[in-house]
Amino acid sequence: MENSPASKHLLEIRDLRIEGQSGEEWLEIVKGVSLTLDRGQIIGLIGESGAGKSTIGLAAMGFARPGCRISEGEILFDGVDLRGLQRKERRSLRGVRIAYVAQSAAASFNPAHRLIDQFSEIPVEHGISTKSEADADAIDLFTRLKMPFPDIIGLRYPHQVSGGQLQRAMTAMALSCRPDLIIFDEPTTALDVTTQIEVLATIRDIVEQFNTAAVYITHDLAVVAQMADKIIVLRYGEMIEEADTRIMLSDPKEDYTKSLWAVRSFKKTTEPPAPEPVPLLRVEHVTAGYGKELVLKDISFDIHRGQTVAVVGESGSGKSTAARVITGLLPPTQGAVFFDGKALPADYRERSKEQLRQAQMIYQMPDTAVNPRHRIRDIIGRPLSFYLGLSGEKHEQRVRELLNMIELEPDLFIDRYPGELSGGQKQRVCIARALAAEPQFIICDEVTSALDQLVAEGILKLLDRLQREFNLAFMFITHDLATVRAIADRVVVMLRGEIVEQGVKDTVFSPPHHEYTELLLSSVPEMDPDWLDNLLKRRVGSADLGGSDLIR
Amino acid sequence: MNEPVTKVLGDSADAMPPPPRAGKWDIAKRELRKAPWSAKFGLLVIALYVLAALFAPFLTPFGESEIVGESFMPWDATFILGTDNLGRDMLTRLLYGARNTVGIAFITTCVAFLIGGTGGMLAAILGGWTDQVLSRVVDVLMAIPQLIFALLLLTIFGTSIPVLIVIIAVLDSTRVFRLTRAVSQNVVVTDFVESARLRGESLGWISFREVLPNILPPLVAEFGLRFCFVFLLIAGLSFLGLGLQPPTADWGSMVRDNATLITYGDITPLLPAGAIALLTVGVNFVVDWFLHKTSGLRDGK
Repeated sequence: MENSPASKHLLEIRDLRIEGQSGEEWLEIVKGVSLTLDRGQIIGLIGESGAGKSTIGLAAMGFARPGCRISEGEILFDGVDLRGLQRKERRSLRGVRIAYVAQSAAASFNPAHRLIDQFSEIPVEHGISTKSEADADAIDLFTRLKMPFPDIIGLRYPHQVSGGQLQRAMTAMALSCRPDLIIFDEPTTALDVTTQIEVLATIRDIVEQFNTAAVYITHDLAVVAQMADKIIVLRYGEMIEEADTRIMLSDPKEDYTKSLWAVRSFKKTTEPPAPEPVPLLRVEHVTAGYGKELVLKDISFDIHRGQTVAVVGESGSGKSTAARVITGLLPPTQGAVFFDGKALPADYRERSKEQLRQAQMIYQMPDTAVNPRHRIRDIIGRPLSFYLGLSGEKHEQRVRELLNMIELEPDLFIDRYPGELSGGQKQRVCIARALAAEPQFIICDEVTSALDQLVAEGILKLLDRLQREFNLAFMFITHDLATVRAIADRVVVMLRGEIVEQGVKDTVFSPPHHEYTELLLSSVPEMDPDWLDNLLKRRVGSADLGGSDLIR
Repeated sequence: MNEPVTKVLGDSADAMPPPPRAGKWDIAKRELRKAPWSAKFGLLVIALYVLAALFAPFLTPFGESEIVGESFMPWDATFILGTDNLGRDMLTRLLYGARNTVGIAFITTCVAFLIGGTGGMLAAILGGWTDQVLSRVVDVLMAIPQLIFALLLLTIFGTSIPVLIVIIAVLDSTRVFRLTRAVSQNVVVTDFVESARLRGESLGWISFREVLPNILPPLVAEFGLRFCFVFLLIAGLSFLGLGLQPPTADWGSMVRDNATLITYGDITPLLPAGAIALLTVGVNFVVDWFLHKTSGLRDGK
């Protein structure tokens, strides 16, 4: 190699600094990060959004997003500084020696082409193999990645396979040229827990099989604990701490790292009030679906005042459809919903203003749940004027009270547009909007899953406090069992439109379980770095219950 | 952003205040300064036309249809651009033409947007039968060539200005309907619209407060383009004798009335045609710039 600062490591980043353009000026978003990585090693980058994880991941390929530039530092890949290379030379490395697996496989595949054609595109393009060789290789990799029907699955289009399969196909694609380094950017964040395990196991497998090095970017500590040999904690583009996984987990040095580690320890302490004879909300023998396809089959459960009922299940289990039936967006074909003992009209358009006011909803994506063209004042204030007829001084006063309640300084936030707020702040605004209607019952649809763990914890604490203050009942839809453990009083477990188990949280979560509950519970990653190995050992031989990943 | 936290609210990770923001006027001024020359040129052209239309009576000593001289007089000091086939001052007619042609085109476009925009939003929000009926009606209207259809309707209903406006507005609203429906459909499925529905909001609130602000940028750009088309259509109709009727000054009919001069090598009849072309180009420049700004397209840096 002609470059002088030779390195014996496969990847060595020295004092990397990256600047991002903000209006007219450049702000430093990565502030002097250094790391080394050898073959067969996985390094975990962890931090909240905005920590610069993905930016560093891209920089490891010598690439900066539009609007960003690498201002300083060296990125030595196999002894060559990627920054010194011509565009063309860098391009020839990408996909061939360095590959990238993005968070959303669904968005990274071209929906108009078959999986196998997209697989062989890069090796053929770079002249590494012919189309037929690449196709044969694809089938080989699909087999190694334990995809169902490896011979023919490549002939499917991206929408014809499940999310977990797509993510594995993406990994196969990254491997198509047998790269030396793969960058995984949150590859399992969008997946269900049961699917996540398969993808995690696959990724670890290939790193061992091909002696590849990998950078694993995630915000989920328990996941990184399973994957990485070494963890780097990042915050605002700075390295907070770097250590081997086991040391990092057992003995974190920095306060920030400790706070990240402690997130999962939040647990609701108060007991819910004793249930009254008439439940606040009763879902009775509800069957509903879209067209001929039934999504909910004979669902019944109760929610009492001041209680949190968590509805758990994988995507497609009908959790959100249950919420749509309760809110009246999807009238059920059979059964009914009772509020305070009285049947609610099936269609929301036939419900009275009072009935609508009593049940509010908080959504998963705070970005789309508030109108980007309305000010915070109008977003929170609308239910006040619409339901309660407040105006003028009283209206203003109440909006400020609500902002205080959600711990946002009124003077700083009242005249802002949602686009100026962070995700967690927007979610708080959504909570305030729901509270403004002074409801008795709030549906929380995956309210924390789009947020960072620390922010999510803040939201959970806030919801818990508000529940105690206003004796609210929550229906908490989630796939995250850690959240359920933290906040739920009762748990409803759903699978393919049916309730497989329901009851008080401690009863559902302690053995004996229904076999599906068991699968869900055992799939939640734990902070123990040996967890995945042990789990896989235990599961070998026992029947695979992973319902979601059956071929469609 | 990692400015120091000015005020700590509890121990929440969300306590960071949003960054300070520039005022709306400052942003507008800055954008205008940064605008490319083509957009500035377009804005200048539009401003000139608007001024000409507003102040036509003060800019010229002659009346709109006043016969002040011989027909087809050459350019001189009194009649700067000569006179037309009936001996009316050409410059006067050009200025009044801005008022008539541009004004009527503007009103027509507004009416078209009122009809098409409301219809498109209704179709997107209500869906189902409303959407089917409205969309099929629009399909039928669009299946007939616009100019021919306009000619047909104008011969049936006569050629007064209100009739002209209504007919062209209805025909043009079909295009507006399709665009509005398409962009509204993306907004209608968002959670904030669902949340407004569940709150029990009226159709009017959902259309004009929730949906409309979010589809405004493409509609404004479309307004500029549609205005050009309407304006060309009116000029075309006038040229064919079915648009604005004499003695009202109108650029389309002015081209036709004075067309014979072309054979004598005089460029005067091209002036109203040039006025039409200049405005079309100007409006398009501004629309391009606006679309570029609002659609988030960036220069290939």
